[in-house]
Amino acid sequence: MVTIEGLHKKFGKQQVLSGLDLSISEGGIFAILGPNGSGKTTLIKTILGMVIPDKGEISVLGKNIKVNSEYRHKIDYLPQIANFPSNLKVKELIKMIKDLRKSTKEDERLIELFRLTPFLDKKLGTLSGGTKQKVNLVLTFMFDSPIVILDEPTSGLDPISLIRLKDLIQAEKAKGKTILITSHIMSFVEEVSDEIVFILEGKIYFKGSILELKTKTNQPDFEHAIASILTENHA
Amino acid sequence: MLKILKYSFYDLMRSRWSYVYFAFYLLLGIVLLFLNNDLSKAVITLMNVIIVLVPLIGTIFGVMYYYNSKEFTELLLAQPLKRSSIFMGQYLGVAISLSMSLILGLGLPFVFYGLFESSAIWDFSLLLITGTFLTLIFTALAFNIALSNENKIKGFGYAILLWLFLAVIYDGLFLMTLIMFEDYPLDKLSLIGTMLNPIDLSRTLILLKLDISALLGYTGAVFKQFFGTSFGLIVSFAMLTVWVILPVLRIIFKSNKKDF
Repeated sequence: MVTIEGLHKKFGKQQVLSGLDLSISEGGIFAILGPNGSGKTTLIKTILGMVIPDKGEISVLGKNIKVNSEYRHKIDYLPQIANFPSNLKVKELIKMIKDLRKSTKEDERLIELFRLTPFLDKKLGTLSGGTKQKVNLVLTFMFDSPIVILDEPTSGLDPISLIRLKDLIQAEKAKGKTILITSHIMSFVEEVSDEIVFILEGKIYFKGSILELKTKTNQPDFEHAIASILTENHA
Repeated sequence: MLKILKYSFYDLMRSRWSYVYFAFYLLLGIVLLFLNNDLSKAVITLMNVIIVLVPLIGTIFGVMYYYNSKEFTELLLAQPLKRSSIFMGQYLGVAISLSMSLILGLGLPFVFYGLFESSAIWDFSLLLITGTFLTLIFTALAFNIALSNENKIKGFGYAILLWLFLAVIYDGLFLMTLIMFEDYPLDKLSLIGTMLNPIDLSRTLILLKLDISALLGYTGAVFKQFFGTSFGLIVSFAMLTVWVILPVLRIIFKSNKKDF
C-alpha cells in the first residue's frame, strides 16, 4: 500500500527524518508513535506530498508519488490542527470541500453521527475546539478513500464523541481500508490499532503488534512498554 | 484552479477592503472630472495617481491576502489539489478583484461624464489596461515575497521596500546615473533602465500614447526616437507581459518546492 525507502528530511539545521524505511500493507490500522518532535507529522506530510523530502522514495498503491499526484485522491487526510477560515459557516465549508473534491452523500450520516446539525449555520470562528475537530472528522471521512491518515484524531473530543470515533474507525477498517493514526493517547492506540510503528530520532525503532512490543520490552502493559523505550533511549 | 479562483474571489468580494478600494477610485474619478472639466487633463492626472497607487495597493493587498488566508490555504493543501492551482487561483482571485475595483471605480464616473462621445476614450482605455497590468505584476511580486517569508512583519517590510524602490528610489538612481555619465551615449542604457522597472515602463507607455512630448522626459524621448510611437507601444506591452509572466512562474516554482 505505502512503501517508503531511505527517507531524509532536514528543516534548517534540524535533521527530522534520517533514512526512514517503512512498508505498510493493505488493510488494518497502523499507529505511528514517537516522542514529541520525532517526525511523525513530517512523515505523514511527506506521504501526502505536503513536505518534500531531501532524499528517499515513497510509493503509494505501487506508484512513485513524485511521478503523479493522482494518488492523493485515494487518501483522506485529517490535519492535526483544524485551521478553518473563520468567516465561513460549517455548511458552506462542507459544500465547498465537496465542490472541490467530489460529490458525496456520506456527510449527512457523519453530521448525524457527531450531532453537528445545530452547528451547521454557525461560523467556524465561533466553534469550540472539539466541535471544530468533529467538523474536521466529517470532512475527512466523507470521501470513502482506501487510505485514511489521521493526525491526532482524538484532540479535543469529549468521551461520547471518542466512542463514536472509535466505532467509525472500526467500521472503516471493516471495509478493508488502510488507516494510519498518530496519537499520544496510549489507551486509544492500544484499543484501536493492529500494528505499531515507533519512530525515534528520525528512524523506525520498532514495527509490529502490541504483543510483540510487550515481549520485546519485557513489560506487562503497553503504556509502560512505550515508556521503557523512551527511558532506555534517554529521549 | 477555476474553483479556487471562484472561492478566493467570493471571499474578497465579501471583504470590506474591495469596496473601500472601489469607493476610493469612484471618488477620485468624480472629483477629478468635476474639478478638471476636461477629460484629457483628467486622464493625465489619473495617470500620475494610478502609476504610484496601483502598485502600492497591489503589493499591500497581495501580501495581506496571502497571510490572512493561511487557514484557507492549509485547508486546501490537505485536499488532493495541485499546489500550482491553489496558489494561482488565489493570486488570480486577488488580482482580478483589484483590477475590477479599479476598472469599475474609475470607469463608471467617466462613462457617466460622456466618455463614449469623447476622443479620450483610447487614452482612458490604455490607462485602465496599464493599471490592470500593474495590478497583475505587483500582486504577483507580493505573492513571491509572501511565499518566501514565513514571518508576516518581514514580508510586509520587504513588500513596502519593493514598492518604495520601484516607485521612488529607482527613478532617483536612474537620474543620478544619467547625470554622472552624461558624457557617454546613454540611449541604450536609459532604454534598458526603463524596461527593468514596470512603473517607468507604464509611464512611458501612457505618455507615448498621449503624445505629450513636454512630459516625456529624456527616456521617453529616446524611446520614441528609437521605437517610434506604435512600435514603442508594442514593445512596452511585450515587456509588461514579461513582467507578469516571470513572477507568476516563480510563484508556481516556489510553491511546488515549499514545505507546508
